[in-house]
Amino acid sequence: MSVSPGPLVETRGIAKSFSGVEVLHGIDLDLNAGEIHALLGENGAGKSTFAKILAGVHRPTRGEIRLAGEAVAIGSPLEAQRLGVTLIHQEPLSFPHLTVAENLFVGGEETKVLGRVPWRRMAEEAARLIDALGVSIDPQAVMSGLSIADQQMVEIARALAADTRLIIMDEPTAPLTPREVATLFDIVRRLKSEGRAIVFISHRLEEVRALCDQVTVFRDGDLVQTAPVSDLTDDDIIRLMIGRPLQDYLHKEAAPTGNEALAVKGLTRAGAFTDISFSLRKGEVLGVAGLVGAGRTDVARAIFGIAPAEEGEIRIDGSPTTIGEPDDAIEHGIAYVPEDRAIAGIFKTLPVDQNITAAAPETIARGPFVSPRRERETAADAIDRLSIRLASARQPIGELSGGNQQKAILARWLLTDPQILILDEPTRGIDVGVKAEFYDRINQLAGEGRAVLLISSDLPELLTLADRILVMSEGRLTAEFSREEADQEKIMQAAVPRTAA
Amino acid sequence: MTALSRLARAREAGLVVMLVILFVVVGAIQPRFLTVGTLDIILLAIPLILVAAMGQMMVIVARHVDLSIGSILGFASIAVGMMFRDVPELPLWLGFVLGIAIGAALGFVNGLIVALFGLPAIIVTLGTLSLYRGLIFILSGGRQVDPNHIPEALIRMAQTSPFGIPWIVIIAFATALLAYVFLRHMRLGREIYAAGSNPDAARLRGIRVNRVTLVVFSISGAMAGLAGLMYAARFGYVNPGITGVGFELTVIAAVVIGGVSINGGIGSVPGVVLGVLLLGSVSVALPILGISGFWQDAIYGAIIVIALIVDGSVRAGGLVRLVTGRGE
Repeated sequence: MSVSPGPLVETRGIAKSFSGVEVLHGIDLDLNAGEIHALLGENGAGKSTFAKILAGVHRPTRGEIRLAGEAVAIGSPLEAQRLGVTLIHQEPLSFPHLTVAENLFVGGEETKVLGRVPWRRMAEEAARLIDALGVSIDPQAVMSGLSIADQQMVEIARALAADTRLIIMDEPTAPLTPREVATLFDIVRRLKSEGRAIVFISHRLEEVRALCDQVTVFRDGDLVQTAPVSDLTDDDIIRLMIGRPLQDYLHKEAAPTGNEALAVKGLTRAGAFTDISFSLRKGEVLGVAGLVGAGRTDVARAIFGIAPAEEGEIRIDGSPTTIGEPDDAIEHGIAYVPEDRAIAGIFKTLPVDQNITAAAPETIARGPFVSPRRERETAADAIDRLSIRLASARQPIGELSGGNQQKAILARWLLTDPQILILDEPTRGIDVGVKAEFYDRINQLAGEGRAVLLISSDLPELLTLADRILVMSEGRLTAEFSREEADQEKIMQAAVPRTAA
Repeated sequence: MTALSRLARAREAGLVVMLVILFVVVGAIQPRFLTVGTLDIILLAIPLILVAAMGQMMVIVARHVDLSIGSILGFASIAVGMMFRDVPELPLWLGFVLGIAIGAALGFVNGLIVALFGLPAIIVTLGTLSLYRGLIFILSGGRQVDPNHIPEALIRMAQTSPFGIPWIVIIAFATALLAYVFLRHMRLGREIYAAGSNPDAARLRGIRVNRVTLVVFSISGAMAGLAGLMYAARFGYVNPGITGVGFELTVIAAVVIGGVSINGGIGSVPGVVLGVLLLGSVSVALPILGISGFWQDAIYGAIIVIALIVDGSVRAGGLVRLVTGRGE
């Protein structure tokens, strides 16, 4: 691969408007071969839009892109691929029913439309590409049978098939486990050493620090700063992203805690969790830490009645209660905001306001009818209180950014005026600014005397918000810390399975 | 082999098993069913369904559906039948070419409306189902093309050939073979699967999804046109109010029974051929068992629903749980 002197990619004054609203205001950025360049910014800061322009998904409203010194027009993803630019989407954009080999080569082949598909050559080439990544994936496997991580590897292999010079990864680590992330990083470093340019979009500062050379921060459609990663502290980066210091956000008001709101004793469901006992008081935020697969979500689902426990007791406000299905839980004032909002939370094609009012039809009812005026007002109130950023309350919720979708889901459950709120990874995939708003909101809810059970894999988040922290490992409670005694190391000690340690 | 392809194979194997069971059970009740004569009847019952099913499966794999094929069949057969009536010297091959071309044109119109306006195919083709049927009446003035106007040579195609099997049966299986090669080995064929599996990804990969839509509807129309000629050959007349009415249901049933996913992206030609054979065999078995024609539609419907339930449960793992009593 020939590396010309000067940056591989130069953008000058790249701007983009959607329906008359400018979301990118003239971006000048240089990307060098053999370098991993992080793009950071809050949701809606414009980094994904910029990435999509480079990859030919969007066309810039104005501005110029130079590739190896030559001005290019990237009109479509296919042209981008021919020029050696590939975007790897967060959720792999693949063909679930086709084989890995086909996923690698379908579209943009040299074959004529009515030409023969070279099955054998495709299989061999696929095997070669996958071997080159050092992962073991069967090229004949059907894509939908693969893990998300493996699907991502296939996407990366596809980029390599096209002999890509610039690979853009949009939040590739969000759906991955730590081990998968490590594998991904090894591969990304290898791509870098081969002289390719890599753009890495992430919300996780520790990942950026571990992997990237340069960092560029976007805010509100502007490029705020580009610098070597080593020149900036985490606080610097956060300040650049949100425009004010993090300390403003991260403080926990000590809420006075009241009577016991929820208590579980000896909760057991075979294969998921064993002998779980704890109590949660009004006004308290109880954190639950643990590795993925420790059974935390299963406990939450049991309390909410989705998959009830086989043994054990649940007490609400001191009296023993049977929760056989979610309806019982809602009746007892429990709300559950699930981890995977796409699957368990939102009605993607429905407008935001209907999504918000979905859990509490009685708040917008007039007799047997839905009152559109009340629906509008109720939703507008919630949108305002949680500062959900959107174009219109009638917009399909699927168009909002992840953080704002999450806020809408929270708004929905708050309408039911829950006394016990179970939040499962509420800030996963959400950027720092929105996270801070979430923290404020959680504090406020606890301050109102509500009990909050907060499941989170983000240890700083737990340490910031929780009054007490429980740790689960392999389906059992392994530790409980007060706010004062907890620290990251102690929690991890308790979270890592003993047998493996 | 992976879970999904194993599932696909299982589907084809399952259809073979169901065919065998059908023959054993019906043969046990009525030994007359197990004669060569029955095989002839079955083979003659399926050519129309088979060719149309090849087109329909492509449409369904691409995440659409074509409800208008019965009317396209009717239109093509009426139009070509009238040409044979008015121009008796019209060569037979040209009749086939015209029938296929008329069908393809009507199918193209379906595809164009679906692609251009981004409308759901089920609604568009529901509209053209009526539209094309209406045009049949306008074109023919409501009069049928009588047997004496259908060329002898065409009618003979449904009866014989130098190989002992009627021509239309040979044409039908040859069409299936072509469809297999197209869907399995040609780039455009694979793009149909890609577009049906994930249209957004297909677009981003530079696959022209609209072209795929036009192609599948045109092929579906062309196949319905070909089936129109076969109809004229087999029944010896073409009637504006009868020919092709309800045909789409039988064809879609066969395609679904053959394992094509109504959600797109999945389906194989061998599976659909087996689906057609199964449906054809059932249609022949029912009268032999002395079950009245009144029952036929109900039984067809039941088979479709059962096929969908089996399909859905297999994919969701529900059937496995049901059978083995184990969790996922």
